[in-house]
Amino acid sequence: MYNSFMIKYGEIGIKGDNRHLFEDALAKRIRTLLKRIDGEFEVTKIRGRIYVNCGGDWNYDETIDVLRHVFGVVGICPVVIYEKDGVEKMKADMIQYVREEHPNCTQTFKVKARRVDKEFPLTSMEVAAELGEAILENFPDMKVDVHDPEILFDVEIRDEVYIYSKVIPGPGGMPIGTAGRAMLLLSGGIDSPVAGWMVAKRGVTIDATYFHAPPYTSERAKQKVVDLAKIVAKYTGPIRLHIVNFTDIQLYIYDQCPHEELTIIMRRYMMRIAEHFAKEEGDLGLITGESIGQVASQTMQSLRCTDAVCELPVYRPLIGFDKNDITAIAREIGTYDTSILPYEDCCTIFVAKHPVTKPIIEIIERNERKLNEKIDELVKEAIDTAEVVIAK
Amino acid sequence: MRDIYFDNSSTTVVSKKAAEIVMHVMTCDYGNPSSLHQKGVDAEKYIKNAKKQIAKTLKVSDNEIYFTSGGTESNNWALIGGARANRRAGNKILTTPMEHPAVSEPLKMLASEGFEIVTIPVDSRGRLDIQVLENEMTEDVILISMMYVNNEIGAVTPVAEIGRLKKIKCPKALYHVDAIQAYGKYVIYPRELGIDLLSVSGHKLHGPKGTGFLYKADSAKLLPLIYGGGQQSALRSGTENVPGIAGLGVAAEEAYTDFDAKIAHMRALRDRMIAGLSEIDNVIVHGMPGDEGAPHIVNAAFIGVGAEVLQHTLENQGIYVSAGSACSSHKRAGSPTLTAIDAPREEMESSVRFSFAENNTEDEVDEALAYLKQMLPMLRRYRRK
Repeated sequence: MYNSFMIKYGEIGIKGDNRHLFEDALAKRIRTLLKRIDGEFEVTKIRGRIYVNCGGDWNYDETIDVLRHVFGVVGICPVVIYEKDGVEKMKADMIQYVREEHPNCTQTFKVKARRVDKEFPLTSMEVAAELGEAILENFPDMKVDVHDPEILFDVEIRDEVYIYSKVIPGPGGMPIGTAGRAMLLLSGGIDSPVAGWMVAKRGVTIDATYFHAPPYTSERAKQKVVDLAKIVAKYTGPIRLHIVNFTDIQLYIYDQCPHEELTIIMRRYMMRIAEHFAKEEGDLGLITGESIGQVASQTMQSLRCTDAVCELPVYRPLIGFDKNDITAIAREIGTYDTSILPYEDCCTIFVAKHPVTKPIIEIIERNERKLNEKIDELVKEAIDTAEVVIAK
Repeated sequence: MRDIYFDNSSTTVVSKKAAEIVMHVMTCDYGNPSSLHQKGVDAEKYIKNAKKQIAKTLKVSDNEIYFTSGGTESNNWALIGGARANRRAGNKILTTPMEHPAVSEPLKMLASEGFEIVTIPVDSRGRLDIQVLENEMTEDVILISMMYVNNEIGAVTPVAEIGRLKKIKCPKALYHVDAIQAYGKYVIYPRELGIDLLSVSGHKLHGPKGTGFLYKADSAKLLPLIYGGGQQSALRSGTENVPGIAGLGVAAEEAYTDFDAKIAHMRALRDRMIAGLSEIDNVIVHGMPGDEGAPHIVNAAFIGVGAEVLQHTLENQGIYVSAGSACSSHKRAGSPTLTAIDAPREEMESSVRFSFAENNTEDEVDEALAYLKQMLPMLRRYRRK
């Protein structure tokens, strides 16, 4: 019975002169995503609201699923649009709406009316009163509570009459494309997809880099990362995923450097390579899924060491999160089930039993010099042979 | 790069003739064999013909062949249907510790229904302890389930000897043989061997996936697993997979055409592989030596190399093998067979299976060996410390 959705957007509503830019970006993003599913959708921006009118062969669940993936959407209100034909018709429609939407009819309620069409003979207050009365007459178990109602009926009188009473939460944040781009270091784990999602939620367009190490990591591990990128891309739009073959660099470090420092030195090279692609893409920063102390390479000392090789800022949105918090988000955004598939990651294949947890940057730099002979050439080759997959 | 496919125990390429008949049935003779009209009659002919083709290879009668969705269903049906049908005669089921999960899992289920499952031990080569088996063959045994050829290491069970013992010690028990890796590799005459139930899968012998059959001796008591429209004498309901069945029939017939030459060829490949592997340090070949083992399976541990890493290395060269027995470092559930033969952990982690078919060549074996020799030093140098 629904035939429209009203989109609530919180934060972007208060942006000053740029407000229309954000609204347009949001409406455009919704339009783009709705093109992927069946149905004819009309996305309109009327006086500070975005409406999605649905027609053709559309499906409710599918449409909600799309809208729930749009950053900037705070709430999605399924709306029933009725023909406007005087107050008596409106009362009948209201009763029908209550019957279908809230069939047990025992809650407290409030009617809030908004008269956009100023030609309509009754004021907003009068409409609310009339409809409230109609509900009370027809549903004796329902009671009015204007302060804290269980159901809030919103009624808008435009060219037609819009009634809604439910809000499905959206992801919030800002529309993609309103805040520049950044490069995500994406692995097959739980954290990095969440980190990318969180930054993207602030309107940032996401690129990604993944390091694999065949034959030590498998084709399936790579496919898993592509799949993760695709899940994140449902929110962020297409992600350009750079896939770098890291095997030779890793083995060279293995040969030349102390084994306890393998991971930290490896990560420094990953940052350097990711930054290279970031600059190529015009990204304004790097994103990682690190959180303090989670593993040896994520201690404050280690983060200092990996940070030191980057010129661009490194954004770590999960820095203060516990694993449980991260897992909860991963489940919510749908990456968790893919993240836990058991394929080996290139960070773990040669990991030392006791890696350094408090690396001293001067020592790391000194040991890194042992790579001088071949490393530039290997890095160049890794960059040159990287493939780009568009995850969407 | 030409593929070298040494994973024929996982699945095989469908033979051209089998694929042709599948296509033909799908697009031309697509009737439902239960329909009374001509289209139905035409379709039924393919089933009758496939039964004939298969029955001939086993020297049994056509009406003892029942088509299934594959090896797993055949095994499930034989075990669950067999145990339930003979519940009143006893409670004990004998098996081996090297069975495929398609046997061991239904047996686990039967154990939960109260059946007693007795597992006969094997030695480090996968040889069954016949003495223990004989001792366990008591009157209350209702079912004996034996894997003819082990899927991981190619160990062969003495099915004839077991059949003979069974006839003396517990004649009423049903004798089920999982022949999924053996059919097409051995000549199997169930009546001579005393086998009551025999499971076969189509895609292991160049037939289509989703096909298989169960041979059920006329005398064997078996309850259905799948109930419905009463097809296949009401023992296995469901509209028959006519195209698949036609393909399976063709594949079965082909498997036993030029049989001796094909087996000799596979055995030559296996011997060549094993000889080549013996030249490499720290490679341990599992299973039974020489002609005692199955003609098409070589399982070897490359000590110091993760099986999965080795598999991917070979894959880069277009060589496909199976590291199925290995698991990722995060989840270490060892393979049932390697556990049964008591292989040490370092062997379990590094074991790879090569499995041949008649379309493999000696050159392919040599190429794989050469590549292994080239790559192993590098693979062994880099490891978790």
